[in-house]
Amino acid sequence: MAEKPTEEQILAGLAEIVEEVAGVESDEVTADKSFVDDLDIDSLSMVEIAVQAEDRFEVKIPDAELANLKTVGDAVSYVAKNA
Amino acid sequence: MTRIQQSRGAAASRILGIGSSQPERVVTNDELSTKMDTNDQWIRERVGIAERRFAGPDETVVSMGVEAGSKAIAASGLTPSDVDTVIVANCTNTVPMPNAAAQIAELVGARAAGGFDLNAACAGFCYGLASASDMVRAGSAERVLVIGSEKLTDIVDPLDRSTAIIFADAAGAAVVGPSDEPGIGPVAWGTAGDLAETIRMPNGRHIHQEGQSVFRWATTKIAPIALRAVELAGLTPADIDVLVPHQANLRIVEAIAKKLRQKGAREDMVVADDIVTSGNTSSASIPMAMDHMRAAGRVHSGDVALLIGFGAGLSYAGQVVICP
Ligand SMILES: CC(C)(COP(=O)(O)OP(=O)(O)OC[C@H]1O[C@@H](n2cnc3c(N)ncnc32)[C@H](O)[C@@H]1OP(=O)(O)O)[C@@H](O)C(=O)NCCC(=O)NCCS
Repeated sequence: MAEKPTEEQILAGLAEIVEEVAGVESDEVTADKSFVDDLDIDSLSMVEIAVQAEDRFEVKIPDAELANLKTVGDAVSYVAKNA
Repeated sequence: MTRIQQSRGAAASRILGIGSSQPERVVTNDELSTKMDTNDQWIRERVGIAERRFAGPDETVVSMGVEAGSKAIAASGLTPSDVDTVIVANCTNTVPMPNAAAQIAELVGARAAGGFDLNAACAGFCYGLASASDMVRAGSAERVLVIGSEKLTDIVDPLDRSTAIIFADAAGAAVVGPSDEPGIGPVAWGTAGDLAETIRMPNGRHIHQEGQSVFRWATTKIAPIALRAVELAGLTPADIDVLVPHQANLRIVEAIAKKLRQKGAREDMVVADDIVTSGNTSSASIPMAMDHMRAAGRVHSGDVALLIGFGAGLSYAGQVVICP
């Protein structure tokens, strides 16, 4: 991605990835949702989501960081800051 | 000038027959739940295992290897004395000496065969198969018994829920011999020693793994190696009838299958899921899965199978084979 993506673009992209990996409807994926408690995504699906987000947004999301991304909003901010 | 004479091998090699062996005792998720904080649903969802087998004191790397090996020799239509070399892949024999291969050679009746153990952890069978194939083609062996035999329960802390729910015991074997038509493709193998720390034995006795790092590696790096094996065989993903990844975790198996289908593998490609009833048996998992799928009628003689082993090291190896 040549330009830094906006937070809206990141959220939309993440929602697509979450739908592809975990089968959660993309409009369910909003900033306030917790991956585990609200979207029922487990730690292994989180790894797959991270891998796809890395490719799409050209960021590095190490396993240690992944544990801190509790909500969709956490992930959007992380990508916005590090992309 | 003196000149050393070289041996001449067969034009090609193939798998002549396969066999497998599992301990008697079936261990369910519910049984494990009585010993540690885990449950059937979690294990099925995260790892895909419903039950596995644990060896008793008399069931060993050698005894399971002998049973699997004898079945593979019989399935090949050979007698034990036809086998001239025995390779035993394993990473769980608790003593380094004597090796398992010499004992297994004696006990299956392949007396005085060449023999050695090979450790490439869960990739061991594919390393052994590649070595056997090259030996047959180079003329250093004519019929090689390749075994993966593992008693993981000897190196797993029985109360550690991050490993005790995954690993199990078994052996699988194949006989490799000469062939007019190639039945074993070139191997795609390698290591990722920079990730050596992710599966190790920190106290020298028990396996410890960084589950998520291993999961990430296996779901991203292994499919490209499998595709390389297909390419080396001069085939395309659509030619693959059966995919037999190491049975590490059903989620990893499914992720590899999905990646291969994105690259042209067929929707009706049969994908090994032997982990469901056998657990993760390291180097035994690939030949045992092939044997179980053959017995269940899911795989037939002549099918094109893609094998891909991966595990501690980290190490990996894959090749295309024609099912016997
Ligand atoms: C080992 C593996 C199953 C662990 O799964 P994981 O999702 O990474 O597990 P985590 O340790 O992050 O734990 C996730 C949650 O499940 C719980 N949990 C962990 N192990 C559990 C078990 N056996 N039973 C029940 N719950 C368990 C944890 O408490 C945690 O819950 P929390 O988030 O509420 O605290 C997984 O990482 C894996 O299979 N990786 C690949 C390893 C592999 O295949 N190795 C062989 C290579 S040859």
